[in-house]
Amino acid sequence: MLILVILSVALVGSILAWLSGNRLASKVALFISLLNLVLAATGLKLASEADFSLLAFSASWISQPKINFQLIADGIGILMIGLTNALIPLIILASSSRSLQNERVFYALILFMQFALIGVFAASDGFLYYIFWELALIPIFFIAWLWGDGQREYRSKVILKFFIYTLAGSLFMLFGFIYLYLKAGSFALKDLYALNLSEEEQKWLFWAFFIAFAIKIPVFPFHTWQPETYTESPTAGSMLLSGIMLKMGIYSMLRWLLPVVPEGVAFWTPIVIVLCVIGVVYGSLIAIKQDNIKRLVAYSSFAHVGLIAAGVFTFSKAGLQGSVVQMIAHGFNVVGLFFAGEIIYRRISSYHITRMGGIRNFAPHFTTYFLIITLASVALPTTNAFVGEFLLLYGIYEYNTVLALVAGLTVVLGAVYMLRMFQRVMLGNIQPSQPVFADLNLAEKAVFLPLVLVIFACGIYPHYILKLAEPAVDAILQAALR
Amino acid sequence: MLLLILLPLIGFLINGVVGKKLPKNVSGWIGSVVVLGAFFLSLKYFFSFLSDSASPVEERYFDWISFGNVRISFGLYADQLSSLWLLIVTGIGFLIHVYSISYMHDDENFSRFFAYLNLFIFFMLLLVLGSNILVTFIGWEGVGLCSYLLIGFWYKNDSYNDAAKKAFVMNRIGDLGLLLGMFMLLFYTGTLDYKELRALASQGGINSDLALVVSILLFVGAIGKSAQIPLYTWLPDAMAGPTPVSALIHAATMVTAGIYLLVRTAFLYDLAPLALDVVAIVGVATAIFAATIGVFQNDIKKVLAYSTVSQLGLMFMAIGAGAYVAAVFHVLTHAFFKACLFLGSGSVIHTLHGEQDIRNMGGLKKWMPVTYLTFLISSLAIAGIPPFSGFFSKDEMLAAAFSHNKGLWIVAVITSVLTAFYMFRLVFLTFFNGFRGTEEQQHHLHESPALMTVPLIILALLALIGGIMGIPEALGGSHWLKHFLAPVTGENTHSGHALTHQTELVLMAVAALAALASIVFAYVRFVKQHTLPPREGEERGIARIIYRKYYVDEIYELLFVKPVLALSVAAYELFDILLLDGMVNQMGRMTQRQGRWFRRIQTGNTGFYLIVMALAVAAVLGWIVWQVG
Amino acid sequence: MTMFLHIFHAVPMHHYLYLSAILFCIGVFGVLLRRNAIVVFMSIELMLNAVNLLLVAFSAYHNDTSGQVFVFFIMAVAAAEVAVGLAILVTIYRNIQSIDIDALNSLRW
Repeated sequence: MLILVILSVALVGSILAWLSGNRLASKVALFISLLNLVLAATGLKLASEADFSLLAFSASWISQPKINFQLIADGIGILMIGLTNALIPLIILASSSRSLQNERVFYALILFMQFALIGVFAASDGFLYYIFWELALIPIFFIAWLWGDGQREYRSKVILKFFIYTLAGSLFMLFGFIYLYLKAGSFALKDLYALNLSEEEQKWLFWAFFIAFAIKIPVFPFHTWQPETYTESPTAGSMLLSGIMLKMGIYSMLRWLLPVVPEGVAFWTPIVIVLCVIGVVYGSLIAIKQDNIKRLVAYSSFAHVGLIAAGVFTFSKAGLQGSVVQMIAHGFNVVGLFFAGEIIYRRISSYHITRMGGIRNFAPHFTTYFLIITLASVALPTTNAFVGEFLLLYGIYEYNTVLALVAGLTVVLGAVYMLRMFQRVMLGNIQPSQPVFADLNLAEKAVFLPLVLVIFACGIYPHYILKLAEPAVDAILQAALR
Repeated sequence: MLLLILLPLIGFLINGVVGKKLPKNVSGWIGSVVVLGAFFLSLKYFFSFLSDSASPVEERYFDWISFGNVRISFGLYADQLSSLWLLIVTGIGFLIHVYSISYMHDDENFSRFFAYLNLFIFFMLLLVLGSNILVTFIGWEGVGLCSYLLIGFWYKNDSYNDAAKKAFVMNRIGDLGLLLGMFMLLFYTGTLDYKELRALASQGGINSDLALVVSILLFVGAIGKSAQIPLYTWLPDAMAGPTPVSALIHAATMVTAGIYLLVRTAFLYDLAPLALDVVAIVGVATAIFAATIGVFQNDIKKVLAYSTVSQLGLMFMAIGAGAYVAAVFHVLTHAFFKACLFLGSGSVIHTLHGEQDIRNMGGLKKWMPVTYLTFLISSLAIAGIPPFSGFFSKDEMLAAAFSHNKGLWIVAVITSVLTAFYMFRLVFLTFFNGFRGTEEQQHHLHESPALMTVPLIILALLALIGGIMGIPEALGGSHWLKHFLAPVTGENTHSGHALTHQTELVLMAVAALAALASIVFAYVRFVKQHTLPPREGEERGIARIIYRKYYVDEIYELLFVKPVLALSVAAYELFDILLLDGMVNQMGRMTQRQGRWFRRIQTGNTGFYLIVMALAVAAVLGWIVWQVG
Repeated sequence: MTMFLHIFHAVPMHHYLYLSAILFCIGVFGVLLRRNAIVVFMSIELMLNAVNLLLVAFSAYHNDTSGQVFVFFIMAVAAAEVAVGLAILVTIYRNIQSIDIDALNSLRW
């Protein structure tokens, strides 16, 4: 029941934000999202006490074809909902300190996005899941298209490409679902888990689902929509996309791909995992020489996510646990990085690193927060990403030593591009072209502080996440071994 | 034990959060006092280990990372070995903190400096006290971070920032090896806990192939952190940081973390003699290589930096020869005299307002007697002149090398001769003859204040008498250190035991006399003949190559940095934009082209539509009829 | 009713078939060959009625009333269609002073 409340609060909030008018919209949205965060925290608490009864909800919806309105959040699901509900208030807060056009629509769309995302993480009926999956695309399309920075004409092209690309990918998934329905007579997750598919079927069904997820995540070489979309979107859009939306893809792999077509996965893993690892090195390599701070973060995010996907496909406990931890870690870190970019943009109206430098001279607080987040994305121990990266790399090592070595290059290359960026943006002497740079104001600190706290909390005591995810991971592996 | 590591962390938090609002002295003394507190706690542990019956202390706090059957807990572990490191880290750390109060006094970011130093001490303690490799790894990366922050402390200068970044990245290359080593251990043994691994190794639970690969991988980590070939080039550049940092991090403590790790995992190396050979060869090669570079450097801190690299190489050589105790012994004495040397050079630089080129110094002993004396004592110690501390530790390493392989010994002796030469070249050029700087500088020459000289004196005393920890049996001592460390390294490590006392005495005499001869040579050359190193760009022949550090930096730049950057651009512009994105866009364009072609069918002529419709219906009907018929 | 059916049955089934086929063909050719929109429209109605006739005939022969239900349905739809269609034609005429279908070619590429 609680899960239904969490889901509907987001939807109601969206409507309320829209009704409340431009002046109040951000405050209403913030309030509702905080309320929802409290609800999600309650859910997390219940889940950590192994009480999942309130986290499942089922009602019959359409009898022919048999589609139920079924929501079930397992350990990973509730963690992802927690991530969503924790990030949305931060994203709202981050946007609210900058005035926008037509704010009520903007915040309504963000909350609507939240609604769709929670739906994706909770839905355990394939059809319902697919609806939420596609629904999530609509608000982000408008957010990115209408509120982005830079040239409108170019942005329209970029965002349209993103829309069509991801939508096209999803069609394969729809096809896969229809096929599964014809086989199983139901869209319910547990029926799909119990389905007996021949190896041939699994082999091609794998691609039907994988392409949809791979485009969303994105996995090399399906990523070309991503850097430009992140660059052209408003910061809130980039945060939503990279912080939460791409986790849809990874989460879906865990929930809808591995246990449903395990033999297909096993058959294609050698190819797919290599693609993921190529993405890791490739993304890191490209990030080194990027001059646009958002594009740099986009490529770094692409590299990190490649590692997560590789961990998922190792099909091992370490890999899966690591992917859960890293999804959460990456969510917070990338939001922090984009916010840092936004703060600089607000002050110097540019995302170009070549126009930055010497900011540390003016803004000690900003420097501290930015440094911590930079270091977290370099995966320094005691930050959240280290735990994830350690587990993921260990999972990949278990799969193949050479791949682990190649993927491990992220440790080195990550340091190269992140520190290079930090140095060129923050360090050095005062630039004559940038004689002033205001330090963080209260609202901006209010975004960074929780981020930093979470970074250390997850880094020092990841046990909580690991414990919560463990039964779910076991269940996935179990289902895959049927 | 938690209090021990938390004290510096508290100092860091105080200095980091409210430090700006505190008066400078208060902030500096807070930083120092927490380290002093940690020092007293370390002393407590140290004394508790002095009794023979003392057993290691272990405290586990919580499960850190656990999955499946693997449980990696967040735990601390103290034994004889770590207690020694604790003493160096907190003891020398405290002295350097005190020194910095005076040295950094004019800096605008004074409290930040102390915050970083405290943070460094915290991570270093964590490194030393970790009960498993992963906790050690926290400290390992953490000290790397502090090193990054402190090298780039004067962040306005971009070449300093480059040096900091270089240090971090090169360390990370090593860390990748360490990480893989951990994976391997975890995979085959299921644990990273030192105690459990050790027990496993003694029961034969680790086969020699595994031990070989793992120990090589761990050594790769040590190569990065302890600046050995081929990852040493960051250490000389790291001298960009404030001098106390060079003394603390890049001489006495952090760079010895590699030695610590190897001694800590000695049980693995004992299983893999081949790995030990690799360690020995890399060590000795680094030692001689860095020593030759040191001979031609003119920057006072660079000379010391190369000397550190070289001494670390000798320590690795000793480990490679199986003489763990000798290596630890040298870590201790080296910490004393090298910290003293760096602080002494800091004192010189301080009085000369940032001048670091020894060609512009000279005659300073007249103005700075304390600095001069302490510097001299430490130089004698590093040169291995009896009875200074370095003599004992170095000779133990040489003896181990001799009994292991004569070739190693020869190279090591040459290294120590070179060491004596470049150190005294430094001493003579800096403190003897007349002053070669500007009038202005000469006018300001003065001895440093007590806050700086007292740490110097204490360190010099330690450098003088530190050798009593390990007076060898050949000289009638009992080698206290060896017995102290026996529970960790084992009683019967093959550290020069094959040698008779007679041989050992001969070896000592050879090394000491050679060093002495080289000092005399330096004296003649630089004091009697007033030889000066050539001006910038006037070096000739081999001297030029060595002065430019064998062009290693340039070679790395050419082999790694440039290609990676070029690859980055090429991957982005050619592969990503042109090929991949081009392909995606091509799909879109293809659809558009098809649309443009197909839309010609929409002629707008209704009659045409109707005819097509009728024909199509007829065709469908015909097809059905044909099917049925 | 039985009387009516009796008469109805007196005509053999294939006559109805031929008649409705002829009507339908007339309708088709009318649609294809005439250019006046009203005539085209009438031809369409003719085709509909051909089908209606057939439906009624089969319904009578098989004693199944559902065919006749369909006819009513079609007639209702056709009436609605005529209303809309003629309204469109009127509007078109007002705009271009012609109801020649060849003139209606502005919806082209």
